[in-house]
Amino acid sequence: MGCNGRSRRGSSVPQFCNSPTMLVMVGLPARGKTYISKKLTRYLNWIGVPTKVFNVGQYRRQAVTTYKNFEFFKPDNEEAMKIRKACASAALKDVATYFSKEHGQVAVFDATNTTRERRAIILSFAKERGYKVFFVESICEDPEIIAENIKQVKFGSPDYADRDYDEAMEDFIQRIDCYRASYMSIDDEKDRNLSYIKIFDVGSRYLVNRVQDHIQSRIVYYLMNIHVTPRSIYLSRHGESELNLLGRIGGDSGLSPRGQKYANALATFIKNQNINDLKVWTSHMKRTIQTAQTLAVPYEQWKALNEIDAGVCEEMTYEEIQEHFTEEFALRDQDKYRYRYPKGESYEDLVHRLEPVIMELERQENVLVVCHQAVMRCLLAYFLDKPGGELPYLRCPLHTVLKLTPVAYGCKVESFYLNIEAVNTHRDRPGNVDVSRDPQEALQTVPDHV
Amino acid sequence: MSNNQSESSPVNSAEKEKKADMRVNEKKCSWASYMTNSPTVIVMIGLPARGKTYMSKKLTRYLNWIGVPTKVFNLGVYRREAVRAYKSYDFFRHDNEEAMRIRKHCALVALQDVKSYLTEEGGQIAVFDATNTTRERRDLIQAFVKENAFKVFFVESVCDDPEVIAANILEVKVSSPDYPERHRERVMDDFLKRIECYKVTYQPLDPDDYDKDLSFIKVMNVGQRFLVNRVQDYIQSKIVYYLMNIRVHSHCIYLCRHGESSHNVEGRIGGDSELSPRGKQFAHALQDFIEEHTLSDLKVWTSQLRRTIQTAEELGAPYEQWKILNEIDAGVCEEMTYEMIQQTFPEEFALRDQDKYHYRYPGGESYQDLVQRLEPVIMELERQGNVLVICHQAVMRCLLAYFLDKSAEDLPYMKCPLHTILKLTPVAYGCKVEMFYLNVEAVNTHRDRPIVGEVGSMPKDPSLIHRRNSYTPMSSYDQVKRPRLYSAGNQPWLPLAPTPAALMPEGRPSQECLSEGTDTDSPEETSDGVCF
Repeated sequence: MGCNGRSRRGSSVPQFCNSPTMLVMVGLPARGKTYISKKLTRYLNWIGVPTKVFNVGQYRRQAVTTYKNFEFFKPDNEEAMKIRKACASAALKDVATYFSKEHGQVAVFDATNTTRERRAIILSFAKERGYKVFFVESICEDPEIIAENIKQVKFGSPDYADRDYDEAMEDFIQRIDCYRASYMSIDDEKDRNLSYIKIFDVGSRYLVNRVQDHIQSRIVYYLMNIHVTPRSIYLSRHGESELNLLGRIGGDSGLSPRGQKYANALATFIKNQNINDLKVWTSHMKRTIQTAQTLAVPYEQWKALNEIDAGVCEEMTYEEIQEHFTEEFALRDQDKYRYRYPKGESYEDLVHRLEPVIMELERQENVLVVCHQAVMRCLLAYFLDKPGGELPYLRCPLHTVLKLTPVAYGCKVESFYLNIEAVNTHRDRPGNVDVSRDPQEALQTVPDHV
Repeated sequence: MSNNQSESSPVNSAEKEKKADMRVNEKKCSWASYMTNSPTVIVMIGLPARGKTYMSKKLTRYLNWIGVPTKVFNLGVYRREAVRAYKSYDFFRHDNEEAMRIRKHCALVALQDVKSYLTEEGGQIAVFDATNTTRERRDLIQAFVKENAFKVFFVESVCDDPEVIAANILEVKVSSPDYPERHRERVMDDFLKRIECYKVTYQPLDPDDYDKDLSFIKVMNVGQRFLVNRVQDYIQSKIVYYLMNIRVHSHCIYLCRHGESSHNVEGRIGGDSELSPRGKQFAHALQDFIEEHTLSDLKVWTSQLRRTIQTAEELGAPYEQWKILNEIDAGVCEEMTYEMIQQTFPEEFALRDQDKYHYRYPGGESYQDLVQRLEPVIMELERQGNVLVICHQAVMRCLLAYFLDKSAEDLPYMKCPLHTILKLTPVAYGCKVEMFYLNVEAVNTHRDRPIVGEVGSMPKDPSLIHRRNSYTPMSSYDQVKRPRLYSAGNQPWLPLAPTPAALMPEGRPSQECLSEGTDTDSPEETSDGVCF
């Protein structure tokens, strides 16, 4: 039977949505619209739904290169109103291009969209083109949360690059007031035929109306599971294993002596971090469990965190793979994200199996995940928004703990090498990925081992 | 960081351990159950004929299927016990003092039963199915819950569409024990008056003021709209997700297996073989069946294994392939016949017969793993209209168990013969099943539950059993099919010493089970290279 490369490499995911969907954010400034937009986009792209954010504020900054003050946003400023309307139209046009020419599936329209008039324009735009529309409204009147939001993201904005703290805060508050007068929340009566979710007070309450399809239901589920409580996620691989030393992939070996030393060092590191209520997760494989055991705290095992299954190549060295499965080895280098080992998995499969882990990580607060190289790459790609091309080449060395702390619209990463030597298991993409290449070219980037 | 167990007297800790043990042993903690800590009482709220019992039963079925022990406590049942003969709606008038006393008494009895279910019988969730329309009643329940350190989650169903209400009454009330005469108009009339009695004192949940600190979901007009307030934990978030995905629509789900495969003919399990000639005949017959039943907008789902895909191909209609519908992974036993398994792995063979639901093939999966992996399919089936699912024996058993509310005991022994289609139609509180055998002969792949005494020799070492039955959370998507390769230097895995109970959070078993190693010497070779 001939190897039909495409069918083997194919995606394991059923069609989520047919017509493209517009997610329309609604809410006063500093209500977390852009935070939600970016986070949701990151999640949808990670699970394989091509999604893009269209932030109208950015269009405005292009049109009006210098921002003077809040007066731009006054409802009676006719000239400004014209510019703002034009920006919204430009953004909508780009949305249409994204759907029709760039194979996008979800577009997040990130703007205040606080008037019924504006929302009506968007609805008719979508209706004309057969797009679905789902509104996400964020409602919050807690002054502390709003002040915190402004601090975290507005001061870094290009609009306030050269202002001082008090000036910027004052201006922004007046900016919000400009919108307030004409703000009309989605009306539960008049708008009862629309599909929407209203988020109250950062997730304390939700109102969900007329969810139309699978992707909207997933979005609602995701939105209901995320939170903004400060916390950190620690990612680490197991300590160096016996098979690592031999340069063999996969398998289920125990820790090497250096690996055990790492486990001890990890225990000390965690203790010194003084983390509140830490949860520890491992996979079902010996090497992660042995690493966690040393921490002497309760841990949960997730089969989903098991290393990528290399199928027929399990426990081989790269040299052996090159010798016995030359073509496979080359095919993998050509598209490492989608390549599925014969009788094994691909990185793409790994992402799908890790989705419940991600959902649970979103719900939790402080967590330490002790996992494996490919798994850690997938998790990292989710938090740092790395695309499929980069994901399989992210550096996740042994004996290094990554601490991820959500900050503003992204994630701060701190790397802690715990000073216990280990082999390098990272294999870069070689220059020549052709099936007809020489063995030396194929093995060029293989790291040293025993 | 770690949970500190307070020093308690030997009696108390023994009791606590017993309770923890009960929970663990009763349902061999699935992943979902593992994620739940304190027991939760779900309290339904709503006027009669708002779908409370429908939601209670469905939710309970779902929670039990994913392994969270759940039970419904329907107040109507208690009331019928107390008042043998129901005369008329007068019983429900709020000024009928004697009746009010009886009804309150019933509520208290029911709550006592809830308490014993959650504290002594290993239950994790109790669904209190009653109208609970007054603040007074809800305050009573909250006091009860607080006293016992349970969590509480309210599910209120609000509906103002008279057509929906009338339809509800017709579907379920007409055949209720309260109305043995079944005289439709009289029933409708009496029931509507009954509803009026409740309306007088109905106080809906008030999210803005009185009830703003409660955890609840308000379901409006049969799922058109939801208001969700203060979800506290994982299980509540799953409950909300489930309630938001179910509908009350008339649709049919057709379940069948792929046509007979060449492995079936040889008696081999698993693998990825093609259809036998008779299997191909079945595929044709299936196409005729579909045409005959003229199903509008039928969706067809298959797994990613050849035999289901080949079956679907014959239909000439678009179909979707779901990897998670793949057959159970038999690990090292893949592609063996039962005789070969008994010869090569006699201990494994015996272990499987002892507890087929929890038993996990070395390097493979268990039925319990399969259930977790199939959860997204169930969720999507709830959302869809008419669907035909072409799958495999173990997978079909799991799906069927969900729809027909079968326990873990019965699930692995359900009969799902080849070349037979099951049509499931939701009806009232359950599911109607119709079987269609398409008259194309096939081998029988069903292995009955072995009679006690026939089961092979029991292993003396209890840790061997634990090794197979994992208490830990698992993935929905990890169902890789491959034989495990063991290199000479890789010793079989021995279970580590259990973590001291003092370090385990309350209610959790100590971790005895770890990975699934096996001490067989026969590595599975992939003799014929790459095959798909």
